[in-house]
This record gives sequence, structure tokens and C-alpha cells, in this order.
Amino acid sequence: MLAFFYLFAAISVISALIVVSARSPINSVIALVVCFLSIAGHYILLNAQFLAMVHIIVYTGAIMVLFLFVIMLLNLNKATEPMKTLGTRVAAVLAGGLFFLTLMAAIRHGINITPANEFDPGVGLVRSVGLSLFKEFLLPFEVSSVLFLSAMVGVVMLAKKEKVVVPKDGVEPSKA
Amino acid sequence: MNEGIITAIRVVPLEHYVILSFLLFSIGIAGVVFRRNTIIILMCLELMFNSVNLLLTAFSAYHSDPRAQVFVFFIMLVAAAEVTVGLAIPGDDEAQRG
Repeated sequence: MLAFFYLFAAISVISALIVVSARSPINSVIALVVCFLSIAGHYILLNAQFLAMVHIIVYTGAIMVLFLFVIMLLNLNKATEPMKTLGTRVAAVLAGGLFFLTLMAAIRHGINITPANEFDPGVGLVRSVGLSLFKEFLLPFEVSSVLFLSAMVGVVMLAKKEKVVVPKDGVEPSKA
Repeated sequence: MNEGIITAIRVVPLEHYVILSFLLFSIGIAGVVFRRNTIIILMCLELMFNSVNLLLTAFSAYHSDPRAQVFVFFIMLVAAAEVTVGLAIPGDDEAQRG
């Protein structure tokens, strides 16, 4: 089991590094999909089976495909990103490294927790998460639907504004 | 098989999950500072969301408390809404530019 953990951890860290360092955005998206799949493996190791399925469906299936669509529809798949200066790159690595060092220093004495509840093999299955979601967290669940509605309206507004702006620039409608 | 999965919670120390999610979060921060492409910055944000989700799930599993997993579910919902709006903005920008 520890071997599975190290396997998934190595895959997720290496693919996360590829996401940051890949030149082409398509390679970044593919590496992020691999990273999310390995995180879903971690969820299964933690017995969070509901979250593992939702993670694969929502992140790998929907969000990353959305990223791919945007990159391909806007023709951003060429590595046209201007390189940052050496100083900025060193600063980025330093920022990430120092942040990691700070977090590690915070837990250098280890973490001693006493589990709040008795060990229950049913936690993380659809039944326990669903019961908690629809009993304790019913109001936030309903409010999140309002959030989705407002996000949808916002996206439609953003997409519509562009069509109004294009004729004002003097571009011929046939070319645009 | 199910028994083997359940024992994994006791075999892997909690510190390992904490360190792994710290590592993923730091990589995400370095990526946000490092990259210039808006879409890749959004992807690094997703990476940071996921490291936090992993940490919450690990603590939830060790405490045998499903409420943290409901919280992770809500983080996923909000991240999905955020990505749709966030991807519309650079798309708008790019369409106007070229």
C-alpha cells in the first residue's frame, strides 16, 4: 500500500512539474490530466470513492476538456509565450521553494492528531457523503446552484460583449 | 480488495499526505509566478485547488468524518464555476487582439 502511495505521489509531483515547465500549452494540459488522475488514485487509497469519481468526471472530463477547447479554438497551441527574464524565473523557483520550506518548518515536529471518531470503513462512500450533503449542507448545496446560474450569465455577457466590440473597430463584417 | 484499500489509511502516515500537498501547492505557486500565459496560470490555480482538496480528504479519512469531503465537493463546484468565467476572459481578450 505504501508502494502505491509513493507511485501516485511520484506521478503527481512529476506531472505537476511538467505542467509548470512545458513550453506548449497542450503538453501542460495533458500533464495536468495525468496529475489529476493520480490524485484520483490518492482519493481511492484514502477510501474516498465518491470524491474519486466526481474528481475524474468533473476535473478530467469537464474542466480539462474545456481548457483543451479554449486552447484549440483560440489557436494558442504554439509555444509563443515570451520567455521571462532569468531573474523572474529564479524568483519564481525561490518563491515556491521558500514557501515549501516555511510550510515544512511549520510541521517539523510532526503531526499528532487523535482521530475525532472511531474508524468507520463507510466514510467516503456515496452513502455517508450523500447523507452529510443533503442533511447538514442542504442550504449551501442550493446556494451553489445560484452561483452556477450567475457564472452562466457572466460567461454569456462576456461572450456577447465581444460581438458588439468587433464592428466598432472598423473591421469589415465579412472579414470578421 | 476493499479490505486492502481500507488498511491503506492506517499504513500511510498522515505526514506523507501533508508533505505531498505542500509540494503540489508550492509547485502551483511557482507556476503562477513563473508563467505568463493566462490559461497556464489558471491551470496552476487548479493544481493548488487540488492540493488543498487532497489535504482535506486526507484529514477527513483519518478523522473518519465525511463533512470535510462535502467541503471538497463544494470546492470542486466553485472551481468549475470559476474556470468557466476565467476561461471566457482570456478568450475574449485573444479574440479582440487577433
